[in-house]
Amino acid sequence: MTEPELIPHLFRTEYGRITAVLSKLFGLDNVDIAGDIASETFLTAVETWPYKGIPANPTAWLYTVAKNKAKNYLKHHKVFSEKIESQIKHNLASAEEMEIDLSEKNISDSQLQMLFAVCHPSISPESQISLALRILCGFGIDEIADAFLTNKETINKRIFRAKEKLRNEKVEIVFPGNHEIENRLENVLRTIYLLFSEGYYSEREDTIIRKELCLEAMKLIYLLLENEQTDQPSTNALMALMCFHASRLDARRDENGEMILYEDQDVSLWNTELIEKGNFYLQKASGGNSTPKYYLEAGIAYWHTIKEDSKEKWESILQLYNYLLQIEYSPIAALNRTFALSKARGKKEAIEEAEKLKLDQNHFYFILLAELYKEIDNEKVKPNLEKALALSKTEAERKVIQKKIDS
Amino acid sequence: MKEFALIFRHPNATGKVSPEQMQQWMKIQNDWVGSIAAQNKFVSGTGLLFDDAKVVHHKGVVTNGPFGDIKETLGGFIVVKAENAEEAAEIAKGAAVLAGDGNTVEVREILRTR
Repeated sequence: MTEPELIPHLFRTEYGRITAVLSKLFGLDNVDIAGDIASETFLTAVETWPYKGIPANPTAWLYTVAKNKAKNYLKHHKVFSEKIESQIKHNLASAEEMEIDLSEKNISDSQLQMLFAVCHPSISPESQISLALRILCGFGIDEIADAFLTNKETINKRIFRAKEKLRNEKVEIVFPGNHEIENRLENVLRTIYLLFSEGYYSEREDTIIRKELCLEAMKLIYLLLENEQTDQPSTNALMALMCFHASRLDARRDENGEMILYEDQDVSLWNTELIEKGNFYLQKASGGNSTPKYYLEAGIAYWHTIKEDSKEKWESILQLYNYLLQIEYSPIAALNRTFALSKARGKKEAIEEAEKLKLDQNHFYFILLAELYKEIDNEKVKPNLEKALALSKTEAERKVIQKKIDS
Repeated sequence: MKEFALIFRHPNATGKVSPEQMQQWMKIQNDWVGSIAAQNKFVSGTGLLFDDAKVVHHKGVVTNGPFGDIKETLGGFIVVKAENAEEAAEIAKGAAVLAGDGNTVEVREILRTR
């Protein structure tokens, strides 16, 4: 990795780690101070590396600088350090002698505990995700705003209120009790899945960042799998789902960053190692009686790792969508079910079902209708594509639809 | 939107169904429920097993059943969202239970206490 790529890469992975460890030490109240110290650490790297060269072990360098900055902060803010000392039950002579533990074990523990703290039921799911992106993944406010299709002010307010709420609730950065872990795991998994989706589906042109988001999400799931209490069937199912999706990361964009549809992907670019991993976690996910949502989704993703069409493939996908929709309705699942129906039973039956969906504000709905009417009633193809074009929200989508209209 | 229970009734249930027949029904039923769910009209519901069924009578008498003395039995129910009973009845037409002659689906609006 060259220098211009290295710092953003390290920022993606190490910012969250440093912040998590320092927040754990300072308490959730002082998460901003922890974040500032992590940011300053990177600033120092940006200022020194170009002149002195990249250190032999950049990560270790960052940890040393972060530790020194944290100790300096404590030295210069007596009131703060006294507060921290009184909070920490260690027999420390002074905060300056406090051990800042940036070992692998403490980093992963801090990250997990932070994740559970942030996914506290007192704040809304949107706030949980925003905070997780901000604190654990070092997202900028504008990047979070992009992810939620909203503006910076909204996100700033949301994060401010969420922090305030967590402070008022006196939420601590510790593992919640056994029962509470079960309750919050669902939120934790959803947050990580959203982080993954942000990388997988976002319209960002920057392929490297998108890939790193996916990998970071998988790393967090991996931490959960290494912990006995959180190594649950649904955690394994989500990991399987991510592995199957991630196996196509390199095949779904061309060299200009444009989307390549599943049908047109080069199978030789699919990552077979990740597909095998996905199979492994899918096996581990079976059994147990936790929410089978991710299990069904992983099953659907598994069938998509087999490119050839077969009756069995689409019949299986159809049944999985039938169950998934009963657990949780979403327009996209309804559309995908109808597509699977067309593959399993033919377009006529699928058109009948599609007309019942009435998703008149959804551009994917009209893309699906256009696809189904092709060769059945060609007259109806173009009007549906034009409706889709009028409803689409991003430039990338418009490009794909326009290409279909022109062909 | 109102909610309606669609109740599957079998007039001459014996509780004996071949596994193949069962599988065939399951498939029709799953596609039907999947279609309702895809329209965001599925609320809840399930099939009911015959195995180990019991009937509790007046004064707490419990018999194995419901076969024998009770002719008709329930095969299951689902709850759907619909504008009115007519729409709910239209939805009910796809139920797998109706593949059997004499079987019926009863459509009943759910009583809401709030």
